[in-house]
Amino acid sequence: MADSSSGRVAERKRHSELVGFFIRLVKEKPLGTVGGVITLLLLLTGIFADFLAPYGYNELHTSDFLAAPSARFWLGTDNLGRDMLSRVIFGARVSVIVGLAAATIATVLSVFMGMLCGYIGGKFDLIVQRFVDAWMCIPWLIMLMIIMGVVGPGMLSLIIAMGVVNGLGGSRFPRSIVISIKENVYVRAARAVGCSRTRILTHHILPNMMPIIIITFSMSVPGMILGEATLSFLGFGIPPPTPSWGGMLSGSGRSNMFRAPWMAIWPGLALATVVYGINMFGDAARDILDPRLRGGVGRYGVRAKKGKKGGDANQSSTTQ
Amino acid sequence: MLTYIIRRLLLMIPTLFIVSIIVFFLIRLIPGSIVEAQIVALRQMNIPIEDIEAVRAALVKQYGMDVSIPVQYGRWIGVVPQADGSLSGIFQGDLGTSLITKKPVVEEIAVRWPVTLELGLMAIIVAQTIAFPIGIYSALRQDTWGDYIARSFAIFCIAVPGFWLATLVIVFPSIWWGYMPPIMLIPFTEDPIGNLQMFIVPAIILGMVMSGGTMRIIRTMMLEVLRQDYIRTAWGKGLRERVVVLRHSLKNTLIPVVTMLGPQLLLLLGGAVIIEQIFCLPGIGRLSLDAIVNRDYPMVSGALLIMSSAMVLLNLMVDLTYGYLDPRVHYK
Repeated sequence: MADSSSGRVAERKRHSELVGFFIRLVKEKPLGTVGGVITLLLLLTGIFADFLAPYGYNELHTSDFLAAPSARFWLGTDNLGRDMLSRVIFGARVSVIVGLAAATIATVLSVFMGMLCGYIGGKFDLIVQRFVDAWMCIPWLIMLMIIMGVVGPGMLSLIIAMGVVNGLGGSRFPRSIVISIKENVYVRAARAVGCSRTRILTHHILPNMMPIIIITFSMSVPGMILGEATLSFLGFGIPPPTPSWGGMLSGSGRSNMFRAPWMAIWPGLALATVVYGINMFGDAARDILDPRLRGGVGRYGVRAKKGKKGGDANQSSTTQ
Repeated sequence: MLTYIIRRLLLMIPTLFIVSIIVFFLIRLIPGSIVEAQIVALRQMNIPIEDIEAVRAALVKQYGMDVSIPVQYGRWIGVVPQADGSLSGIFQGDLGTSLITKKPVVEEIAVRWPVTLELGLMAIIVAQTIAFPIGIYSALRQDTWGDYIARSFAIFCIAVPGFWLATLVIVFPSIWWGYMPPIMLIPFTEDPIGNLQMFIVPAIILGMVMSGGTMRIIRTMMLEVLRQDYIRTAWGKGLRERVVVLRHSLKNTLIPVVTMLGPQLLLLLGGAVIIEQIFCLPGIGRLSLDAIVNRDYPMVSGALLIMSSAMVLLNLMVDLTYGYLDPRVHYK
């Protein structure tokens, strides 16, 4: 009984924090809200692509090659007579899957490695960091192209390759955070009480890293989406006929650009909008979540001169 | 300071050793090799199978693939004698010979390197010119419309895929005005203006991506610095905005910007691969891309090793600059 009730309390608290986050987002960050809406639209489009798309992504309309945008084909058709709108919508699904999955793998891997290196330190850290150094100084795109060549093209191999390449390189940041956290009094207290290394890492250090982990994750999603598009564009990513925005821009998209500019414009536009939206949302989330940027103390004069807002900010900082 | 540099240089040795292993073995794991590609051509000409096998053996021997891969690695770095008994590897300053052009890899890279360097330098200049004013402005006017527009522009720079923009930039001028960018490289020594004209568009596209990242760092750090006590003191003393911003805030903001330069250069090099490909610039990125496609092993390994070494050295320089900018840093 006691367990379940305490669990419920914790859940309610997290819930209200989440709602509070969105209230602050809408109130204080109009751009972040726009970004959030774009992100949400992308997610929904990816999930409900089957219902949204007017045609199948490989459905051929043999009498309509390279048809211009019209009432029947809102965004036109490509050189095989496939509806561009449907392909862009299904492309959103590919981007969502690759972006989320690769960013998850990268974040988990980098946090795990960073925690080990940062907490254990010493020779272990010194040796692992040499590998990270080596990994980081090889140009990522060429590295990914070679790895994709080794494992073969495909969505799963692309997700794993991008997750691992970015996860190893990205472990520097969590490592530095662990190093700064582990000197805190509560970690020393936990050690004095006799907590095991695993317990300290998972119960004392990890919760304190959570905001930063969430931010890193949200920041890496657009990078992964762009990375997938770039690799598919170069022909090392997701092979056709799967509709990937990057793949749609290469090959037929490029060669038919003069006769059918829409073939090259829509996927790129979708890509740019989505990356813009997620970045904006991530920025706003960081501004709200990052404890270092909280409160209004010492805020620049422009805000203070307006009087009311500056006062508000000061008040909120004292109540915190 | 001197001991710090020596320590860092010593740490470079294991790093570069690991790099050399990665770049050597990884490319050889890709299915298919140059021998197979040449054999396929022979097969189509109905040559008897024994002859093909003989050719294959000769090719394998000629490319030095007849020994085990660890021995090949030893030959490549120059600790195991080559087939003719001489030592010629990295330690002797020789990165091997390209399997396609039959020229020394070092020579090929020396020809291509300046193109990437020029592109990269121009992109960095473009990026900083965009990033600094916008980053400072949007931090000073946080959450105003000016800030929103400035940030939107910066994120737009990150969000627009370089390869897409590059393709559009090539296609649309040619439709509208019949203008095509030059295919052949114009050397700077022959025609400086033509050379710069050729590089400026790719450099802007490449620099845009970098500017977005830098601008965000400048804005975030500036926001943090503006909340510091010493800035409040500076305001309290009644200093002018220009002095507070330029002398008190910007200097402290520069430090993380410099540290971020290392990873950004890496991104730049990655972006250069695509930009060079689209704009037909014969740089080192395009060289390695072609080499991967052709399975030109010595070329890929050599180019990657050179690029990685350059990155390691640049990172060291970045760290030293860091100490110069921030007097609180002590090198141990």
